[in-house]
Amino acid sequence: MSAQDHWEVVIGLEIHAQLATRAKIFSGSATAFGAECNTQADLVDLGYPGTLPVLNREALRMAVKFGLAIGAQVAARSVFARKNYFYPDLPKGYQISQYEQPVVEHGTLDILLEDGSRKTIGITRAHLEEDAGKSLHDILPGATGIDLNRAGTPLLEIVSEPDLRSAREAVAYMKTVHSLVRYLEICDGNMQEGSFRCDANVSVRRRGEHRFGTRCEIKNVNSFRFVEKAINFEVTRQIDVLEGGGHIVQETRLYDANRDQTRPMRTKEEANDYRYFPDPDLLPVTVTPEFIAEVRATLPELPHQKAERFVKSYGLSAYDAGVLTATREFADYYEATVAALAATGDHSVAKLCANWLMGDVAAFLNRDGIEIAAAPVTAAALAGLLTRIRDETISGKLAKEVFEAMWAERASADAIIDARGLRQISDTGAIERAIDEVMAASPKQLADYRAGKDKLFGYFVGQVMKSTGGKANPAAVNALLKRKLAGP
Amino acid sequence: MTLHTLSVAELSAGLAARRYSSLELTEHFLGRIAAANPKLNAFITITAEEARAAARAADAERARGAGTALTGVPIAHKDIFCTDGIKTSCGSRMLDNFVAPYDATIVARLRAAGVVMLGKTNMDEFAMGSSNETSWYGPVRNPWDLDRVPGGSSGGSAAAVAARLAPAATGTDTGGSIRQPAALTGITGIKPTYGRVSRFGMVAFASSLDQAGVLAGSAEDCALLLRTMAGFDPRDSTSVDRPVPDYPAELGQPMRGLRIGLVKEFLGDGLDPGTAALIEAGIAVYRKLGAELVEVSCPALPLSVPTYYVVAPAECSSNLSRYDGVRFGYRCQNPRDLLDLYQRSRGEGFGAEVKRRIMTGTYVLSAGYYDAYYLKAQKVRSLINQDFERAFARADLLVCPTAPTPAFKLGDKLDDPITMYLNDIFTIGANLAGLPGLSVPCGFLGGLPVGLQLIGPHFAESRLLAAGHAYQRETDWHRRVPDAYR
Amino acid sequence: MSLTRREVEAIAHLARLQITEMELPVYVASLSKILDWVDQLAAVDTSAVTPMAHPLSGEVQRLRADQVTESDHHSRYQANAPQVVAGLYSVPKVIE
Repeated sequence: MSAQDHWEVVIGLEIHAQLATRAKIFSGSATAFGAECNTQADLVDLGYPGTLPVLNREALRMAVKFGLAIGAQVAARSVFARKNYFYPDLPKGYQISQYEQPVVEHGTLDILLEDGSRKTIGITRAHLEEDAGKSLHDILPGATGIDLNRAGTPLLEIVSEPDLRSAREAVAYMKTVHSLVRYLEICDGNMQEGSFRCDANVSVRRRGEHRFGTRCEIKNVNSFRFVEKAINFEVTRQIDVLEGGGHIVQETRLYDANRDQTRPMRTKEEANDYRYFPDPDLLPVTVTPEFIAEVRATLPELPHQKAERFVKSYGLSAYDAGVLTATREFADYYEATVAALAATGDHSVAKLCANWLMGDVAAFLNRDGIEIAAAPVTAAALAGLLTRIRDETISGKLAKEVFEAMWAERASADAIIDARGLRQISDTGAIERAIDEVMAASPKQLADYRAGKDKLFGYFVGQVMKSTGGKANPAAVNALLKRKLAGP
Repeated sequence: MTLHTLSVAELSAGLAARRYSSLELTEHFLGRIAAANPKLNAFITITAEEARAAARAADAERARGAGTALTGVPIAHKDIFCTDGIKTSCGSRMLDNFVAPYDATIVARLRAAGVVMLGKTNMDEFAMGSSNETSWYGPVRNPWDLDRVPGGSSGGSAAAVAARLAPAATGTDTGGSIRQPAALTGITGIKPTYGRVSRFGMVAFASSLDQAGVLAGSAEDCALLLRTMAGFDPRDSTSVDRPVPDYPAELGQPMRGLRIGLVKEFLGDGLDPGTAALIEAGIAVYRKLGAELVEVSCPALPLSVPTYYVVAPAECSSNLSRYDGVRFGYRCQNPRDLLDLYQRSRGEGFGAEVKRRIMTGTYVLSAGYYDAYYLKAQKVRSLINQDFERAFARADLLVCPTAPTPAFKLGDKLDDPITMYLNDIFTIGANLAGLPGLSVPCGFLGGLPVGLQLIGPHFAESRLLAAGHAYQRETDWHRRVPDAYR
Repeated sequence: MSLTRREVEAIAHLARLQITEMELPVYVASLSKILDWVDQLAAVDTSAVTPMAHPLSGEVQRLRADQVTESDHHSRYQANAPQVVAGLYSVPKVIE
């Protein structure tokens, strides 16, 4: 029994998703990433004396869209509150956020676990707030440089219930939320650019204990991999402390990816009294039933709905459907491929496409570090390749070679097949001639096979494929070889 | 030349009739400012060159037959309004080096109407004060008695108008900062309904209480300026989208049948007898004009000052957090680290009263105290608001004094903050409820002006100004000018 | 409500205001006095009302269109800044 068996892990995730609006949440500055520092910060963003905030309708719409997608309550009336603290990248000395009356509350999201089962995770709330600027500690000698381009970008803070019980579950939840916000087109999910950030609240308790243990917050872990590692480290650390008779100090910690450990953050250490109060520069936000209906009409087929449909329509396993619907683009590519093969209802075709997409396509995307939208092989082109497999122009094995060439050269399957003369040999006469040649050249193996060494069948298959340059139709080779080897 | 004794209305007519040019007018006022300001200290910045340029442009406009009623009329702006390219200090060391990169909405509107800006007037630091003694630039003196305060926080604007250094000036009123100085300097001042005038570009003190308004020689003059200043501004979420009446055109409303509520809690035994007599006389004028007098009671109103001194500091403690020495404003020398940068920039940049209010506000919002102080005060605010609603069911306007005493001597009330705060006892209620209020001069006590206050329901500026105008047709207190400034 | 020195120091720190040794007792006295005076609100019966955050009852937050309306004026704005280096607002180094 490991230490883990005595202990239960309790995790809650706070995800900050940057909403993909054109302008900032309270000002008319652009939100585009990558601009030269401080060129996208206007007087409102800079907190100049006399400036005032006005709410961006699109940010509200996106928050409501998210709320509807997670089956949450969308508040008819919500309030913006000031979160007061001093930090150089927080120009006004307060962040406009939501506190007691957030726009979205009490939703749920199902995640798919590794064993194929589903688990429902509660989402306590999702609220709107403005992002702070960036503090750059390593650019100016002896000083910290502040870039306020990001200040005022709209954020949706999504807070889960402490329902997650392992780092794996946490990652699954994070991926599910990531996929959802991209499906909804409210966030581009680009973690390198900081559009999707995650804080993890981690605590442990003895199994059977009802009260929660003291938790630590691990801030700003910005990749799925690091979230898993950070949580695992933190869990081990906490268990070690508790088993050693110590107690956990409630604190904020950072994950150091180089050393694979969490350590306490220094500046935000002191308990911050945020002195929340309703922002008097903003009035209560009203969301009418009409507004909700308008937004609801724009909801796309949600990931879990799409996955369910894939299981039904394509006869795929829940796992395969889950992988294929991880992103909308991937799912769309899959459906386009199947459609191009014009084999509605043919589950074996659906399965073939699924295998290729989850296998070769995914592998090449990973290798090249690109997304499906940038794939050099389009859905139509892939369908063309799969057609040639189905009509036995080439073998499945050769198809992999063809695919690699299609990817590298952005050419169609037919173009590659013709250029390299790869058409499968299905002509039985030619195959029989090849078999005869091989049999004549391998008398000993023939004799051994006929004496009972069945394993040598593979040898003959190999020889025939070799002599035909790999182009012989495997099924035909098998059938003909069996007959001929059996004897006259 | 007695150009400075003319009202805005008269100057407007005079400019239209080409009796004099805007440049002449402007030079006249600039000359008076240069002579008087060293003693009065009403102006922090005098924008002489810009004023001349604007005057010339206004004259050209008029010559073309174009322009508005205000084209070419010189005014002063309280130094709390951002003015593009011009220093905007809020009376504070914190913004002593601050040149605003944009115009406040009201500044832009008045500029577009052809008004000529003479300069930026002195004020209590960040609008916190009732005597204009907390300014980094030194106190302003009352033109009626240089040893006395003009009131605050719009003390500079009030002194400038009272001494006829400008025919009108803008001000702001969060707890009485237009009305009280107007009363102490014998001029007319209006605080509009919350949301009537844009706050964009008006440096924030207490966001749910601040309003921009006018100080001038008469209700009619206030009407002329307010008509241009007021109106919806999409850049201010608290700005109300509601048409602006033609206030000057509506000044002639009859007083006959108007129900005027006498606020029992403010007209009782505690009131100084001298002031009480003048207020009585003022009320008698309305009676004579055919108004109906009714007694109303607002029992929660005496709680308005402590309520205000929880809510306003709370909001200001947050509004002033942006002054941190990073992007603009004062920065201390050689900060050791970030904490030192903040603490010393703010410690050195802000004066004592500002720091006191920031700390009060920080306390009442802090964990463990929020419910007992801030939330409680906002509930008492509801009670006060309800009292006014009940009163306005029976009255069209309310009347009471503007200030408890005439102008006091400089330095008199600096020892005890609460004594100073109680100067706003009659004015604060209107801010808490967001109601419009007007102060008109109603007499003198020992040679010092006394003001009569009218409070209206939401968006009743027209009725308020008409009542002030009617009073000023029957009396001439508003035409009095201190001897030294005739 | 009488405040202690410690409490005033804590508030001053939250508000990032440096208060000197000499000033401290003055602020302790005046803040205590003010809070004492506002304590009278505690006795008021407010059981029948809700907090009034705004004089504009019935008004709701206006929404603006999602359009970029501002362009880059950073050189003008940074002319007001105490210290700008390489386009960044500079503050003493912060250690996280």
